[in-house]
Amino acid sequence: MNDKTRRIRVVLAKPGLDGHDQGAKVVARALMDAGMEVKYTGLRQTPESVTRIALEEAADVIALSSMAGSHLPFCRKLKPLLEREGLGEKLWIIGGNLPAGDHEVLRALGFKGVFPTCTRLDDIVNFIRANVS
Amino acid sequence: MNPKDPSRDQLRPVRNESGIEIAPLYTAEDVARTGGTAMVGLPGEYPFTRGIHPLMYRRQPWTMRQYTGFGKSSETNKRFHYLIANGQTGLNVAFDLPTQCGYDSDDPMAEGEVGRVGMAVDTLRDFETAFAGIDLDKVTVSITINGAAAILIAMYLAMAEKRGYDLKMLRGTAQNDILKEFIGRGTWIYPVEPSIRLVGDTIEYCAKHAPKYSPVSVCGYHIRESGADPAQEIAYAFCIAKAYADDVLRRGLPIDEFAGRLSFNFNIFGNLFEQVAKFRAARGLWAKIMKEQYGATRPGSMWMRMLAGGGGSGLTFEQPEVNIVRGAYYALISALSGAQTMALCCYDEGYTIPSEYAQRLSLRTMQVLIEEMGLCDTVDPLAGSFYVETLTNQMRSRMEEHMAEVDAGGGIVKQIADGTIQARVSAQAYEMQRAIESGKFRKVGVNCYRTEEASPDVEFHPYDEAGAREQIESLNKVRAERDSVRVLAALTRVRDDARSGVNVMPAIMDAVKAYASVGEITRELVGVFGHLREPVRF
Repeated sequence: MNDKTRRIRVVLAKPGLDGHDQGAKVVARALMDAGMEVKYTGLRQTPESVTRIALEEAADVIALSSMAGSHLPFCRKLKPLLEREGLGEKLWIIGGNLPAGDHEVLRALGFKGVFPTCTRLDDIVNFIRANVS
Repeated sequence: MNPKDPSRDQLRPVRNESGIEIAPLYTAEDVARTGGTAMVGLPGEYPFTRGIHPLMYRRQPWTMRQYTGFGKSSETNKRFHYLIANGQTGLNVAFDLPTQCGYDSDDPMAEGEVGRVGMAVDTLRDFETAFAGIDLDKVTVSITINGAAAILIAMYLAMAEKRGYDLKMLRGTAQNDILKEFIGRGTWIYPVEPSIRLVGDTIEYCAKHAPKYSPVSVCGYHIRESGADPAQEIAYAFCIAKAYADDVLRRGLPIDEFAGRLSFNFNIFGNLFEQVAKFRAARGLWAKIMKEQYGATRPGSMWMRMLAGGGGSGLTFEQPEVNIVRGAYYALISALSGAQTMALCCYDEGYTIPSEYAQRLSLRTMQVLIEEMGLCDTVDPLAGSFYVETLTNQMRSRMEEHMAEVDAGGGIVKQIADGTIQARVSAQAYEMQRAIESGKFRKVGVNCYRTEEASPDVEFHPYDEAGAREQIESLNKVRAERDSVRVLAALTRVRDDARSGVNVMPAIMDAVKAYASVGEITRELVGVFGHLREPVRF
């Protein structure tokens, strides 16, 4: 398939033990409606499993949905794993219950898109389209 | 307005969330057309539409039970005492995710999660600390635990027994509704079938040993949070409650031996009249199901006892102080609906674990209703309203339709195991999100009445990393001090009983009394049952 017509591939993961998946599934549907291919991982993903799935699925976008507050320790562990597997240039994004004080920390860790509660679905879609190289 | 007024036909049609079209005016004809008043009756009498007790709040107000728990059990204990000192009459315990998913605090899966969203529990020692100084006869305790419920119920009973309470008289509630965890909330551990068996084991064990304890609180709440409409919320919860009842009946226990201890946990947000009609309809429907389908004869077996609480999904991140107002309306709905127990999500919950201040505001909200607003003076005050009675009839019909649809599709267990229900409610959640973003479904502060003015700051609950380390240290201390031979023997029995199919609760009771940990007991059960493979369907 020609690279230009290839659909954007998103791996959307639920990190850690957090079981609140309503938002992740809503976002997954929005991305699919926007023509992207979405691999939703289901719950209980570890940094290792997110990295493995992102590799297997040849993800353009690695997206996390975190509602239970453990996003920083998780992302700190995920970053070196993604980089080691050559996924450092992919688009990393994260959404969920993310206190404003953590947004810059997440961006500094490499999460280019940070989407806290009350983000509009189309803003996520447009951000991905604009930032996937 | 005259109901025959021709201009009525030019009005924009209004539908409630359950899909029922709302007329601009209701009369006695509407009540008659939708089934009449046959299901209304009197409070305390079958079919209990108007309430399960004859005098309801005139005798005793609802129990106030705010969801609380964080960090170590000693910190949670302090918050419990604070709430009780402020007039709270029950406790509702929040556990951290490792506890809920069956991991010890020192498990690699628990890293960064210990004590974060609830109280960390590893062994019976944590329960002893959490409830220290609390009179378990005066303050009933509800534990919000599902995947690990069999273990934590055992811990609660063991703790109470150790303190000298008679288990035959002990009251309390466990959430212990694993089927809804597969739809929303997600703290499952084992595959579907053994998970149901464990729920059955707890119901059977409590019926015999702790007959006043409510071992299950079937939750429509989280199904609604996941995208179900109000009629589906009740319908799916009833299908799930029936699945547990069927499991226990297969063991030979008669329905009247345990049905009276089944309870429910439902959600409140959205349209006031739809919510009140939902609960009135549900009470009648549950009584009818128990009587006609299950042959229950004791009135208590037909009671839909419920916690009805203000739901998180109704609250907004934007202008969080407006959530205080919403919470007050939700509490009003709960009182108008005859709830046994009330809990309100706090105004700051979109941001953080509630502060003491926010918890106190929620308590005061309920107390104002009790003390100032006359909500406890008379039973079921909306009864007899043409609108409310019509809507109650219509909501009951919707619930029956949804239940019939589940049955026609192979039953609730199959439809949860294969992800059918999850896909349906998730699709609805997406539609609702689109409707909110387009402005079609109005949400104050979100898609209308937005403001650039700043809201008062929400006080964040900090994560206590040192506390997490201390939790692990105290677990290690318990491990060093306990009788390891006794622990090993108890764990072996848990595994053997799980494998042989006998009720595993006596073995779990022995294990928790020997200070075996949540993680250790869970590992034995996983060794027999395996882990769930989550069905992911869109």
